[in-house]
Amino acid sequence: MHNHIFEQYTRNDKSSLIPLLQEVQAIYGYLPEDALKDVADYVGLPLSRVYGVATFYNQFRLSALGENVIRVCRGTACHVKNSANLLFALENTLNIKAGETTKDKKFTIELVNCIGACSIAPVITVNDEYYGRITTKDIPSIIKKYAAKPAKGVQPANVTEEVA
Amino acid sequence: MVELSINKIKVKAEDNMTILDAAKSVGISIPTLCHIKDLIPSGACRICSVEVEGFRNLVPACAYPVSEGMTVETNSARVRRARKTIVELLVENHPQDCLICVRNKNCELQNLAERYSLREHRFHGETKDHAVDISSPSLERDPAKCILCGRCVRVCNEVQKIGAIDFANRGFQSNVTTPYNKGINVSDCILCGQCILVCPTAALRERSAMKEVSSALESRNKYTIAQIAPAVRATLGEEYNLPLGTDVTGKLVTGLRRLGFKKVFDTNFAADLTIWEEANELIQRISNNEPLPMFTSCCPGWVKFIEHNYPDLLQYVSSCKSPHEMEGAIAKTYYAKKLGISPKDVFVVSVMPCTVKKFEASRPELNEHKLQDVDAVLTTRELVRFFEVAGIDFADLNDSEFDNPLGESTGAAAIFGTSGGVMEAALRNAYHTLTGEHLENMELNAIRGLEGVKETTIKIGELDVNVAVVNGIGNIRQILDDLRSGNSKYHFIEVMACPGGCINGGGQPIHQKTDKVVQRMRALYEIDKKMVKRRSYENESIKTLYKEYFVEPGSHVSHEVLHTHFHSRKS
Ligand code: SF4
Ligand code: SF4
Ligand code: FES
Repeated sequence: MHNHIFEQYTRNDKSSLIPLLQEVQAIYGYLPEDALKDVADYVGLPLSRVYGVATFYNQFRLSALGENVIRVCRGTACHVKNSANLLFALENTLNIKAGETTKDKKFTIELVNCIGACSIAPVITVNDEYYGRITTKDIPSIIKKYAAKPAKGVQPANVTEEVA
Repeated sequence: MVELSINKIKVKAEDNMTILDAAKSVGISIPTLCHIKDLIPSGACRICSVEVEGFRNLVPACAYPVSEGMTVETNSARVRRARKTIVELLVENHPQDCLICVRNKNCELQNLAERYSLREHRFHGETKDHAVDISSPSLERDPAKCILCGRCVRVCNEVQKIGAIDFANRGFQSNVTTPYNKGINVSDCILCGQCILVCPTAALRERSAMKEVSSALESRNKYTIAQIAPAVRATLGEEYNLPLGTDVTGKLVTGLRRLGFKKVFDTNFAADLTIWEEANELIQRISNNEPLPMFTSCCPGWVKFIEHNYPDLLQYVSSCKSPHEMEGAIAKTYYAKKLGISPKDVFVVSVMPCTVKKFEASRPELNEHKLQDVDAVLTTRELVRFFEVAGIDFADLNDSEFDNPLGESTGAAAIFGTSGGVMEAALRNAYHTLTGEHLENMELNAIRGLEGVKETTIKIGELDVNVAVVNGIGNIRQILDDLRSGNSKYHFIEVMACPGGCINGGGQPIHQKTDKVVQRMRALYEIDKKMVKRRSYENESIKTLYKEYFVEPGSHVSHEVLHTHFHSRKS
């Protein structure tokens, strides 16, 4: 499914690594292991280096997103308003860490640096909906709401974001 | 040449020298962590910071070249403070368990903490919490102890050119790991342990077999046999501060007997035997017009490498088991029978300079009647720990002789532990088999030394035999690529995965002394030189062994017991 992406790149050119990873992610929404191996082979780098790059940049994901994507803002304003506690509560309730997806594929937790809604800090978003000025007490009911209903309109994370 | 001043001392230095080396030349030591001699500086750790007049910021001495008129200060209050802070931050993020750490008293972080007089904990924060990777029989990774100096990553990528491990994630989560943080055993790692040799802490270490060996020694039903690899005798003395390259063979035998081994045999015996079999295989391949070159097979790191990366070329690898595996196999067949004991009760322990040998010993192909040829492998370092527990003052031990018959050996076997040695030994034999004469000039200088790829041509009768000797697995790819595309002029190629050969194996004493490889090599060549018999075909015990058991090299029994096969590990 991803073999065609190599056509526009020369073999063993290490500088095509990041564009190739972006293309792979555009196809699958994340970087499947097989595709990562193919990219490593093609650019002539060890898989460990490619994995290192893929885990260094926030724009890349190594697992498929769940039906519902919860984004926790860890920007300065939210941090001051204790967004860390929201994150803990989410992680504990769903039994996964940030960046991971639950076994039933219902939820993924992601961290974002600033959602741009500082006035209602601390903020989390679930899919396209915003939840501002919340506390850990609100977490169970929010999760419950999505656990029941089928999700709609989930986009793969930031595939086009520029490399920092 | 330039002239500069370091701590007010006038120093003359070569143009491209770093501040680090210039300081060293006048007895000023600057600490380093990420720096590896002979590799391009990475400047990652900053522990080598010094003050240079005219610069606002501190400068990393390992990366910065000297220049005319430069004024350097390596010991100002500012420098000391900067270095101390770096050490404090590293220490605070490190498990505080020195007392029970395998690198206690041989740890660069510990040394730095002492050197900068850390006497209190000034910082407190989150510490790293990572699982220890015990997936492989050869080495363990303990990322909690990693100080992210990157030395292992660089050795694995730039010297060995494997790239099994690298940095992953970022910020506080940053760590050195395998792809997908899976166990090292499912990566492309060849378990050579070169990364262990450069790790300043215990973040990388061998997987210890001490428990298994202890219980075998305590068990009344086990007939315990120890064997010592050629390279161990040239290095173990370093752990007792004997000069680099001291030959401690006799003490080793005494020490192993004191530990309770029933028999102490010499892997060199099997090295001689390997030569009989391997030289014979080479001659067969040449005379039957089989595809050449033939590669040696005594280095399990090399074997694992070709299984992972060039499985299509496996037919070129000699089918001989490696010497310690042969020794184990003979102990459990010929020798057990001779003694009238059940092979099940024989417990063979190999003392090896190598971490991959542990993996090799667990290969399912390497067994006789469902019993592994070798039951446990101890590295040089682990044996020292055994001596410590047992209260053996190694340096004061008298010499003793190996047990026979699996203890007799020639000078040809002695040099197996260094790059070029197996080739030299094999040529001495092949020459004799093909011409009926002794090879007079036995010392083949063209294939001795540290060069990564060495080659020579030697005339055997009518035949010009082209040989190559490769050490440091990073140097083999070119030769294999050439072979793949049909351009190989060689008949015979020796490969050792570690730079310099087994004397610099991943199980050897850990220290960063310059010259260690050269001195250890010299020690082995001296052992060879002192021997009356320096050719494997002169080993009397082996002649008897063929008479009584194997008939001749390459016979049916020898194929059963002394040869093996390999398989692809390509993922
Ligand atoms: S053992 Fe060798 S191949 Fe494996 S990670 Fe260490 S240096 Fe690399
Ligand atoms: S494992 Fe050891 S050598 Fe590798 S980065 Fe960590 S501390 Fe350095
Ligand atoms: S040793 Fe110089 S920066 Fe690390």
